[in-house]
Amino acid sequence: MTDQTSASPPGPKPDRMPHFVNREPWDPYVAERLTADQEKYYMAGQWKLMWWRFRRHRPAVVSMIFLALMYLSTAISEWIAPYDLHSRHSAYIFAPPQQVHLFHEGKFLGPFVYGMKTARDPATLQRVYTPDLAKPMPLRFFCSGEAYEFWGLIDATFHFVCPPEGGHFFWLGTDRLGRDLFSRIVYAARISLTIGVIGITLSFVLALVLGGLAGYYGGWIDSLVQRITEIIKSFPHLPLWLALSAALPVTWSPLVIYFGITIILALLDWPGLGRAVRSKLLSLREEDYAAAAQMMGAKPGRIIGRHLLPGFMSHLIASATLSIPSMILAETALSFLGLGLRPPITSWGVLLNEATDINVVAVHWWLMLPVVPVILVILAYQFMGDGMRDAADPYA
Amino acid sequence: MLRFIVRRVLLMIPTLFIISALVYFIIDLPPGDCVTAQVDELLSRGDADALARADELRTLYGLDQPLWRRYFEWVGGIFRWDFGLSCQDTVPVSDLIGERMALTLIMESCTIAFIWIVSFVIGVYAATHQYKMGDYIASFIGFVGLSIPNFLLALVLLYVGKVYFGLSIGGLMDPEYIDKPFSWGKLVSVAEHLIIPVIVIGMSGTAGMIRRLRANLLDELQKQYVVTGRAKGLPPMKLLIKYPLRHAINPFVADIGGLLPDVISGSVIVSVVLSLPTTGPMLLGALKTQDVNLAATFLLFVAVLTVIGMLISDLALAALDPRIRFGATSEK
Repeated sequence: MTDQTSASPPGPKPDRMPHFVNREPWDPYVAERLTADQEKYYMAGQWKLMWWRFRRHRPAVVSMIFLALMYLSTAISEWIAPYDLHSRHSAYIFAPPQQVHLFHEGKFLGPFVYGMKTARDPATLQRVYTPDLAKPMPLRFFCSGEAYEFWGLIDATFHFVCPPEGGHFFWLGTDRLGRDLFSRIVYAARISLTIGVIGITLSFVLALVLGGLAGYYGGWIDSLVQRITEIIKSFPHLPLWLALSAALPVTWSPLVIYFGITIILALLDWPGLGRAVRSKLLSLREEDYAAAAQMMGAKPGRIIGRHLLPGFMSHLIASATLSIPSMILAETALSFLGLGLRPPITSWGVLLNEATDINVVAVHWWLMLPVVPVILVILAYQFMGDGMRDAADPYA
Repeated sequence: MLRFIVRRVLLMIPTLFIISALVYFIIDLPPGDCVTAQVDELLSRGDADALARADELRTLYGLDQPLWRRYFEWVGGIFRWDFGLSCQDTVPVSDLIGERMALTLIMESCTIAFIWIVSFVIGVYAATHQYKMGDYIASFIGFVGLSIPNFLLALVLLYVGKVYFGLSIGGLMDPEYIDKPFSWGKLVSVAEHLIIPVIVIGMSGTAGMIRRLRANLLDELQKQYVVTGRAKGLPPMKLLIKYPLRHAINPFVADIGGLLPDVISGSVIVSVVLSLPTTGPMLLGALKTQDVNLAATFLLFVAVLTVIGMLISDLALAALDPRIRFGATSEK
């Protein structure tokens, strides 16, 4: 037991308090006077409370900022990447990452790279790149570089960073066709990051409709949906994903394949959410306010959408966020295995597909670099999802 | 108890039937068949009468039959351990898969055992030493294990092994044992090569299990009966093992339902990355060439594995928990 002994009143103790009786009539319903802070707290809406609670979870906030920046970057990939997604530099195949330097022979020059000298190893016939230490080449910033079409619509040449005049800037090296890996990672973020969001939206809709039907109506619909859920949940997803994406015809255009893959991801992902929707609806539909709405003649769609769903929407969003990373990962895995997206659509998984041959990777280690953004994004989503889940119940 | 088992087993049959049918139809869905690819290859090599041979091949593989007929022939053959012909090199599927399935089975059972043992030890330690150094380390490892995707981990390990230690961790046995009959040396070689894949596949499962066991055990350790036991002077070890652990271990067995699909999924992709001679790489190849019989057999094997795993977990749970044994089927 905790000690709940009689608490002494605060403040200095006088010898003896005078006996005092207030003669005013006492109204028990008069509102307790609240401090400004308290008032703010009690008047705040559900979403505001959740935001306050979320803010206290430091790693989650940091992750959210990181993710927001990542998603912002997908809007302006063309500006960030120094090169285009497909531009090849046939003279620089498998060029190693170029270091960015600040000082040349003790003199501050600002960010610059050294030029590269190419030679062939006489024994292995591989190209060997050595930095040309005599020639510092300053990078250009906010400059006009390689021409591109912004979102495929507007012709432009603006970049944040451009390669130096007459030189190249391969910050993370190049691949087997001499394409700049950094630019490709930046562009691939567009696909990798959106596929999770689009997939989860589809799965969310499926879960709401099917889980809603099962939870609200019960009966045979419920048992049918339950059986389907059980089968999908109990079966290993990866082999099924493989089978389904192998079933997408090769003749389809890459963009259609992209949507096909999102649909496939969603098809196997909804049961988790659907089950949550169902069990919540099952308990909430017994509540008095649901019965009242029913008696007033509201249609099921309105009762579910207007009265029941808002009660646990925050939970749903939180758990949906937690399953975005698994979707991003699934896409990465599929593309990595060569059954997912196909070039010219490029995701991080497609980039990693180049790293499947360990003998190539052992020599050109930078081909594995797309692993880094994948892991960072997944970690960030997990932290943010954790924070959101904790915040989803502001009264706890 | 017997009725319970019989009901579970009977329920397995329609499930497997539905899965196998679905899988068979899905694989056959895209236009073209496995002969198309072969013929294309022959044509490109300048083989003029490839088109004529295509019909011959199609008859051989039964591809001129309607889909449902092929499906029923395949299903009918299963009971005779005959899975039809593989399109690859016209060998019966059953010849191709035997050892691979055995190795897969060994690898997956080892992974499950690894997950259980490691997470049990670490989980109990973390719960009994809450907020101590070891607990923090365990939680950290758990978090990392949950977040790092296993195939990327496999890729990184493969690279590190190759570049820094000069060894290839791919494969599941030393080259001299490949295609050799079973022997003691082969077993040892397989065991050595199993270590890395098992750790890689089991990583996320272990992390999840540690988390759950720790949380469950912490809940139990706060209950009054533990305080009573301690007050009576029970030795700490006995107190831990006799009551709270028995409670906390329950989800351990029940969770295999969630664990098994993960392990199987993980084993497929990790064995592709590490090029292990298990079912994973072959399944991938079969799917890419639309080798329907081979791919469907592998997927059916996966399904059977899953369903049997679930059954075992259900039975173990029933043995462990009398509430389930006596049919208090709670819907919640």
